[in-house]
Formats: sequence, C-alpha cells, structure tokens
Amino acid sequence: MNAETVRAHPDAPGALIEARDVGLSFGPTPALRGASVAVQAGEILAVMGPSGSGKSTLLHCLAGILTPDTGEILLAGRRLDTMRENARSALRRDRFGFVFQFGQLVGELSAVENVALPLLLSGTPRAEALARARSWFDRLDLDGTQTRRCGELSGGQAQRVALARALVARPEVLFADEPTGALDSLTGEHVMNLLVSCAREQGTTVILVTHEPRVAAYADREIIVRDGTVTSFAAAPLLP
Amino acid sequence: MALLGLLEREPSHGYDLKRDYDAYFGRGKPLPFGQVYATLGRLARDGKVLVGETEPGAGPDRKRYVITKQGVSEVETWLREPVEPEPHLQTVLFVKVVLALMSGRSAEGYLDLQRAAHLQRMRELTALKRTGGMVDALLADHGLFHLEADLRWIELTAARLDALADMVRA
Repeated sequence: MNAETVRAHPDAPGALIEARDVGLSFGPTPALRGASVAVQAGEILAVMGPSGSGKSTLLHCLAGILTPDTGEILLAGRRLDTMRENARSALRRDRFGFVFQFGQLVGELSAVENVALPLLLSGTPRAEALARARSWFDRLDLDGTQTRRCGELSGGQAQRVALARALVARPEVLFADEPTGALDSLTGEHVMNLLVSCAREQGTTVILVTHEPRVAAYADREIIVRDGTVTSFAAAPLLP
Repeated sequence: MALLGLLEREPSHGYDLKRDYDAYFGRGKPLPFGQVYATLGRLARDGKVLVGETEPGAGPDRKRYVITKQGVSEVETWLREPVEPEPHLQTVLFVKVVLALMSGRSAEGYLDLQRAAHLQRMRELTALKRTGGMVDALLADHGLFHLEADLRWIELTAARLDALADMVRA
C-alpha cells in the first residue's frame, strides 16, 4: 500500500469506505457535486433520494466502477479512484459483491454455476467452488433450484441466487442497487431479510441504494442524495 | 366489540378473554381486568352475552360468559362495516410546513427532520417484524405502510415547496 494514500480522515476515523467531496459529470450534466459519505465496517447504509439525484452514480463511484472527476474514494484509507483499472477490477472481484435490480445472472449457466462464478473467477478449484455455492441454496430457501437455468427461476428466486452470488466469496462490502425494485412486497421482504441476516453474520458492510422507505428501514441509517450532494440527518428526539 | 368477537369462539372466563385480547390486540397496552368485567357487565345488560352460573373453586374469576344470538348478530354487522378512512386533511405536518413558509423559516429543514424521524420509527418497526411473530409483523406492516404514505407526502411537498411558498406569501 502506498504510504502517501493511506491516511485517516479526521471526520471519519475508522471508515471502511469513503467518498470525499466527489464530483462527476456526464458531458455537461453534473451527476455528483461534492458528495461526501463515510461508511463504517459492518454498517448497513441506505442511500435514498429522488430519481436522477445521483444515488446510483455515488454507489458506482464508491464501488470503483466509475471514476470521479474530482474528489477521492477511499477503501480502508487507500485511494480507489487513482488505482489502475486492473487493480480496481481485482478489488471488485475479491472484496466487493454486487446485487442489482434485475439480478443480471448469466443465462447460459445454471443457478449453482452462477453462484460459483465469483469463486471460479478468482481461481478457486471448480469442485470447491461448486460445493461452496451449493451451501447457499439451503440457506436462502432455494432448495431444488441448483440445476435450473436462470430463465426457469421466479423473480424472487433469481434475486436470491444473485444475493448468494454476491456473498459467496465473503466480500467486505456488498453494493445493492434497488435489490427489491422488481419484486412484490412479500418477496422483496424475504430478500431483504436474507440480505440483512447474511450480511450481519458475515460482518459485511452494505451500501444499499433504494427509493423505497420500507427497504431503507432495514439499514442502520440513511443518507439522502439530492442534486448530487449528500445530506444526512439524525432523527431528532421527539417531543412527548 | 373485540371482546364480544373473542367470545364468539367459545364460552370463556373473563381471564381468558383478557389474555387473548392482550396477546392479539394489546401491544403493550394490556386491558385492565376492571375494564374487562365492566364491558362484560354492559354486554350482559344489553342482552349480548349471558353470564353462566358461578363455578365452584378458588379465585375471583369463576363465571363463564356465553355470547347470545343478538351478540353474534352484532359482531356480524360490525365486521361487515368498513372503517371510515381517515382523511387526515389537516395534519400537523401540513400546518408546520405552511407556518414555516409564512414566517420565512426553513420548511425544507423541517421536512428533512421529519423524514429522519419517520425513517427511525420505520427501522424500529422493521426490527419488530424481524424478531417478532406473525401478529407483530402484521401490526408493524400496518404502521410501516402509513409511515410510508407520510413519507411520500413529505417528498412531494419538498418538491413543491417553492410553489407553496409563493402561494402562502402572496
């Protein structure tokens, strides 16, 4: 690790992942304008805000998928935004997990092969990768779906397979972008219960983008992204 | 009416009714015994329940109550009636927003704080859902959906603040 890039932030001691004054424009359109947030290890953070406010862009910057024009992204004090792309790619593969709104499973693979994918890509022997992947099916109430192709899964099953795939390599950070956006209320609740339980068990930090308050309520706290900047409010004590 | 509905299942002692009421509907506000027996007395007076003979044995609760046909009819009628939807057309949230705008204070700041308070309550109810049983989950869902409705109003109002400010300051 480069000593120059390892430094604690005075406002966020011990933060696992952090955006500092991040700006990013798409052409002439600013998506983020000085967005800052610090997420502690093991924390579940909800990122809320109106459509087009920049919340998904912030998540992509924190995950090293997008590179900000200005500001810094730090993972355990190490600059993420200045890393070479191959280093960021390895980091995303080995230390991050991702769940998106529509699962984005690989259609040609079976459910268990989809779950094993991150392990296979990081060099785990196939037999071991598949064995570890299979262990998730009972845990996520997916018995009997291991050999099915993704097209044969219901929306809730596909999203649970995507969750298993995101967590199988025990990532430090799970990025979830509207993970229940395509599901009905009851199925979405099932997915969120499993996501939170598994993350807590593994000590995984979760950054959860959602516009649904009922989904955000699974998080420890929320931030609001508005016009590309972050606002955060602790709940004030209520008057009797 | 809840006690009468519980009594429709089978003849019961006042203690049994209180226990079941507290389990399903009490939610931290157990029904006082005095209120149980006062209600049963009123229902008996109105012909909706019959009071059985005092049973032998120790303890104060030795009477068994039985619902009458009139009582069953009342429960049926009550269950068929929709509850009046609460219009909430004059909520304190709305009053605070308008008064903040009229006095030149930050209505947006108030809405932000209110959003945080609502989300904090939603977290508490979600935790209750995750750790409690089915009854807790159903009651928590009811609270969560109402809070979510408030939050939708908060978001829409935040988006309309400029127009609302122009109107109230005109």
